[in-house]
Parts: sequence; structure tokens; C-alpha cells
Amino acid sequence: MANEILAEQISKEYEYGFVTDIESDNLPKGLNEGVIRLISNKKNEPEWMLEYRLKAYGHWLTMEEPHWAHVSYPKPDFQNIIYYSVPKQKKQLNSLDEVDPELLKTYEKLGISMEEQKRLSGVESRIAVDFVMDSVSVKTTFKETLAEKGIIFCSFGEAVQEHPELVKKYMSSVVPYTDNFYAALNSAVFTDGSFCYIPKGVRCPMELSTYFRINSAGTGQFERTLIVADEDSYVSYLEGCTAPMRDENQLHAAVVEIVAHKNAEVKYSTVQNWYPGDREGKGGIFNFVTKRGICLEDNSKISWTQVETGSAVTWKYPSVILKGDNSVGEFYSVAVTNNYQQADTGTKMMHLGKNTRSTIISKGISAGFSNNSYRGLVRISKGATNARNFSQCDSLLMGDKCGAHTYPYIEIKDKSGIVEHEATTSKIGEDQLFYCKSRGIDNEKAIGLIVNGYCKEVLNKLPMEFAVEAQKLLAVSLEGSVG
Amino acid sequence: MLSIKNLHASIGGKEILKGINLEVKAGEVHAIMGPNGSGKSTLSAVLAGREEYEVTEGEVIFNGKNLLEMSPEDRAREGVFLAFQYPVEIPGVSNVNFLKTAINEIRAYKGLEPMEAKDFLIRLKEKQKLVELDGKLTNRSVNEGFSGGEKKRNEIFQMAILEPKLAILDETDSGLDIDALRIVANGVNKLKSKENATIVITHYQRLLDYIIPDVVHILYNGKIVKSGPKELALELEEKGYDFIKEEVGA
Ligand SMILES: Nc1ncnc2c1ncn2[C@@H]1O[C@H](COP(=O)(O)OP(=O)(O)OP(=O)(O)O)[C@@H](O)[C@H]1O
Ligand SMILES: [Mg+2]
Repeated sequence: MANEILAEQISKEYEYGFVTDIESDNLPKGLNEGVIRLISNKKNEPEWMLEYRLKAYGHWLTMEEPHWAHVSYPKPDFQNIIYYSVPKQKKQLNSLDEVDPELLKTYEKLGISMEEQKRLSGVESRIAVDFVMDSVSVKTTFKETLAEKGIIFCSFGEAVQEHPELVKKYMSSVVPYTDNFYAALNSAVFTDGSFCYIPKGVRCPMELSTYFRINSAGTGQFERTLIVADEDSYVSYLEGCTAPMRDENQLHAAVVEIVAHKNAEVKYSTVQNWYPGDREGKGGIFNFVTKRGICLEDNSKISWTQVETGSAVTWKYPSVILKGDNSVGEFYSVAVTNNYQQADTGTKMMHLGKNTRSTIISKGISAGFSNNSYRGLVRISKGATNARNFSQCDSLLMGDKCGAHTYPYIEIKDKSGIVEHEATTSKIGEDQLFYCKSRGIDNEKAIGLIVNGYCKEVLNKLPMEFAVEAQKLLAVSLEGSVG
Repeated sequence: MLSIKNLHASIGGKEILKGINLEVKAGEVHAIMGPNGSGKSTLSAVLAGREEYEVTEGEVIFNGKNLLEMSPEDRAREGVFLAFQYPVEIPGVSNVNFLKTAINEIRAYKGLEPMEAKDFLIRLKEKQKLVELDGKLTNRSVNEGFSGGEKKRNEIFQMAILEPKLAILDETDSGLDIDALRIVANGVNKLKSKENATIVITHYQRLLDYIIPDVVHILYNGKIVKSGPKELALELEEKGYDFIKEEVGA
């Protein structure tokens, strides 16, 4: 089935490049204390939140942009960004009819259903969606159904109002604002994002998902996501993102924090499809993201799965701190770069607890003039007895003008730790392509097949619906890259 | 069905095929034999459309169409099938998915709807039985980790599924044990019809005990130097290639 869809999609270029014509409420460009106070004020935030923002801003001013990643790009002009842009709509939405029809059309084009119904016929599971456009969450579906189980799924802004004790307790506990340049910036100016809390003993009955969309020109998106899984709970969370095609580079600097308590499990899947820029490398999103989870207590598990096809520059290392004993961290990644895209992505697995285990499977695919780097750290701290890691990093090259790089860092402070690392680099084979063609399969479809086969281990980890989307995306991203 | 006239082809500036002439009619089985490096695989690759080879002279007409002008995938869609001497592994792509994609591509070319899942399964089962292929292999990645013999059998399985008009089997018999040889030959024979034709490339007359050829050709140094009835294969087995060398005066 995936291949039929693949067939339809194969000839398409970036298909989410449209702009929604909707009035928005923007702050003027630029960043200073006043702007931060305004954002906080617009969001009607409590004093402690404003204080947090200002502390983060103060710290950010003392920091330098990081330069260690294998990417090069013009330094963003932080005074030339709009930090707050909100599509105008009525204050309280009581039903779908009240949503701006332009917005509804946007959802439709993006293939997201705002109706609380099945997205794909024949698929049993329903998906609750939080839709974030530019700086604000526009609509969250299934809230009531989830609330019956005590699950909180809402925009970050709403969580600050409705559940301040939870936000205060967990926010910044995994990614402090001092963590890095972009985390500090995000902590100062973040506008919205999703918040999710799964109470003790609850298995979330549906996939939760946030769809991020940059629409307005000149804006940056700084979203904040916080997921807390209390004892014995489970949740699978999906994140998707797109942006219009523009000549300018737009900045997206998000922070995602996950906390897993005792015996809890969180699966976080991303299909990242920000506008990658055109064939000449003009425009596209700078995607500088800090994602980290902590397995706070025993037997907890956090699993990151990502399919990265978009953005002009990606800088992203979803990580897991394995604090609880027997906790498990996983990172499954496919990163595709084509044309002039650059990606420096990987993970950090920090083993602190005993018998902690981590698995890293990274599949990089480079085409065109792009650069694709895997950067990963496995640290086994003293006292993390019998910790284990397995890492496998494969690179696939299409053509000879692109680059693939692997930077594995390993620090073992406890003698009982076992770390295995495997890495391969291969070229997409003319033999494989010809073999497919000799069976009647054309070039584009053959590439789709071969690449999807190469990424299978990772794609298999995605929820069904996402996997299909990811397969399509892979084919589209690599369109015209060989032959 | 297939008409090759004065075909010259080279790779890397080196001429490998030096004027091949061959006529294959529907319903026929042709065997091509010849020493290592004589150009047998080159001929099959050129017919299947491998781009690395440059055709410098000659023409190939397949069912009235100029084969050399077609892309490799269109040749396959028109009914040319090559069983590779060295089948290629495609990790992560299941045999089933691969074949389904191929079938539907071929159908789309003919303006047909994709095959119903049920019909596809039936065909899969039926052909699996025909070539006695282990069911587990169909769900595994294409040729990945297959033994040499399993790969060859998988080629015949693919042929059976795709039902080509012209099948070219490039040394499908090498690496097969006696039983597999019989099964593969049996498969080929069962698929034989008045409408299709087969070119069997082999080093061993043994295969020709099972697949009875209408004509045997000897390819030598890029040319077909001798053609004859199936007894030619026996003669060759007996005398080796030396007698050919003498005959062509090489
Ligand atoms: N890429 C290449 N560059 C140069 N010469 C090549 C290339 N490919 C094939 N050849 C040469 O072409 C000649 C014919 O090769 P081919 O594979 O067609 O032989 P064959 O008859 O199939 O032999 P075998 O019985 O060993 O399978 C050989 O001498 C081979 O070395
Ligand atoms: Mg050969």
C-alpha cells in the first residue's frame, strides 16, 4: 500500500509551501526585555513565568552561538525576527464552526483532521491533535475524551493558566535555560506548544500529536513542549511540522522536555518536514532544537523516533538521561538531506542508573550537495553498573557531491559498561537500480523502494499512519537525486 | 519475436559484442554457450538495457518495436525478463513488496488497474509451488542473505510471477544442486508456451537435458560463430571450445 501512495507522491515537490491568508496579530520585529514582557503580558502569565523568561534572557545575552556542529549558515539576525505572531480569531472556540474557514482550509491541505473522527478509514486508533500556528496553539481536539481518564492535553499556554503547579514542577527540569544558546533563547521568548500529562496507571488510549506550522513571514517559531508520564503510564506522541516556501531563512528553535516516572513509557515520534529551501539552497528553515527526556525513576522508558527530511539547517540531538535503574533509552533516526540542506543530528544517552540500556539506530541519506552528520554521545557514569549501549550508524550516499560524517563520542566511567558501535557507509548501487528497472520499476520508484528498505528498521518504529507519511516524504525529498 | 542484427556494443571503449545476429521466434527455446568472457552476459545486459554499455552499431527489434530505444523499465514492461547471473540484494525490501511493485508498474504501463491483493496472493502461492520456493523466502528481503542457489531459484520465481514474453536466463543453472536444477528447468518448461520464448545461457549441456533447446548458438569473442540443433551442445561438451577455435581460425 505504501508503494502506491509513494507512486502518487513521487513527482511532487515540497507541497506544503502555501501561505494561509489570515490576519495575524504581530509584535514588531526585534528582541529586548520589553518584547519579553509583552509576550508574557499577552499570554496573561503569572509573575514566576515572566521572571523565568527574564532570567533566561539575561543568560542568553552572555552566550555565544555554538559553532561545533558541521554546518555553516549566515548567522540569524535576532533583531530581525518577529517573536510573537498569532492568527486572529475569536477568543473562545466552542465548536469547529467558529474556527476561521481559512484555518480549516489550512488543516485540510495539510491532511489534518480537526474533526474528532478517524483520520484514515480502517484505522482503529484515533489521534488527538494540538495545532500550533506560528506562535500559538489554535485548537486541540479530543480534550474532553482524554480528560475523562485524567489526561491533560492542551496548549502550553493553557497549561500555564490551568495547571501552573505541574508546569512549575517540571518545566526546565530536563532542559535548564542555561543548557545551550538556543534553549536559553527559547526559554526567554517561547510562545506556545503542547503540554501533556498522563496520570498514574493510565495508558493513553490514542496517539497524541502536535502539528507545528509556520505561516507568517519574518517570524520565528519558539515552541515549548512538555510531556510528563506519571508512574505506570504510557503515551505515544507524534509531532509534525511544515512551513511555506520563502526566500528568507526562518528560525525554529524549540525545546521539548519529557519526564518518565517509575515504570512509565513515552514514545515520541517526529516527522520533520520544514521547508528545506529551494534547489539552489535559497530560503528554508533553520531548525535548532533541544529535545531531551529523563527516565527519572526505575524501569522507565523513553523512545525517540525521528524522520528528518526538511529544514535548510538542522541541529538536533534528542537525548535521554537514564537516571532510574533498569531504564531504557532509544533513538531511531532517519535523516535525509538533498540539494544544499545540512543536518547535524544524533543523540546523547547518559547512563546514570544501574542496568540501564540504550539503543541508537541512525540512518543518514545524503544527496545533491548536502551534508549529513551523525553526532552522538554515549556516557556511562560511575556507578551505572552493567549499563549497555548498542549504536548503529549507517550512511547512504547518492551521487558524489554530498557528504556523510559520523562523530560518535563514547565516555565510559564504569568498567562494567558495554558499548557496541557499528557504522557503515554505502552508495546507492547502480546494480540495485538496474535490478529494479529490469523488473519494470522506474528510477524514482526504485530509489523509493531502496531507500525505504534501507530505513526500514526506523520506519517500523513509527505508528502506522506516520510511517506511510514518512515513506512518501522520503521519496519526495530525494526526488531527482539520482539518474 | 526478437531480431538482433549486427549488434556491436562496447564498455569503457572496449568492444565486447562484435556483430551479433540472432532470430528468436515465439515458442522457441534458444541456448547460448560460449567460453568465459565471450560476451554472453554482455549480450543479456544490452538486451535488458544496462546503460553502461554503449551500442555502437546494429539493431534489435522486439515484437516490432525498436528495443534499443526503450528504457530498461519499458523493456521489462514490454515483456523482456533477465534472470541475472549475479542476482542483486536489496536490504529491507521484501520479495513480496518488490514483486507487487513490479507487477503493478507493468500493469500501469498497459493501462491496467493495480492487481487485487487477493489475486496477487493466489499468484504468489501458485508460483511458489511451481518453483518449490520456501515460503519464508518470499517474505524476506530481496535476495538478502540468500544462498547462491536460493538466489537463482528466486530469479525463476520472479520470472514465473511476471510472466514475460522473452526470458533470458543468464547461467541460472550454475550453483544449483541437482534437485534445484530439475525444479528450475521444470519451472521454465511449465511456463513455456506458443506465445513466449526463452534464451538460456549456460556452460553445461546438462541443463539442456531438461530444457530442450530448438537451437544452440556458440558465442565466441563477441560473435555467434556457430548455430545448430541441440546435438551441438553435446559435441561441444565432448570436444571443448578448441574445435570452435579451429573452425573460426582463431
Ligand atoms: N566494465 C567493464 N569494463 C571492461 N571490460 C568489461 C567490463 N564488463 C565486462 N567486461 C569484459 O567483457 C568481456 C565479456 O564479459 P561477459 O560478462 O559478457 O562474459 P560472459 O560470456 O558472460 O562470461 P562468463 O561465462 O564468465 O559469465 C569480458 O572480457 C569482461 O572482462
Ligand atoms: Mg556471464
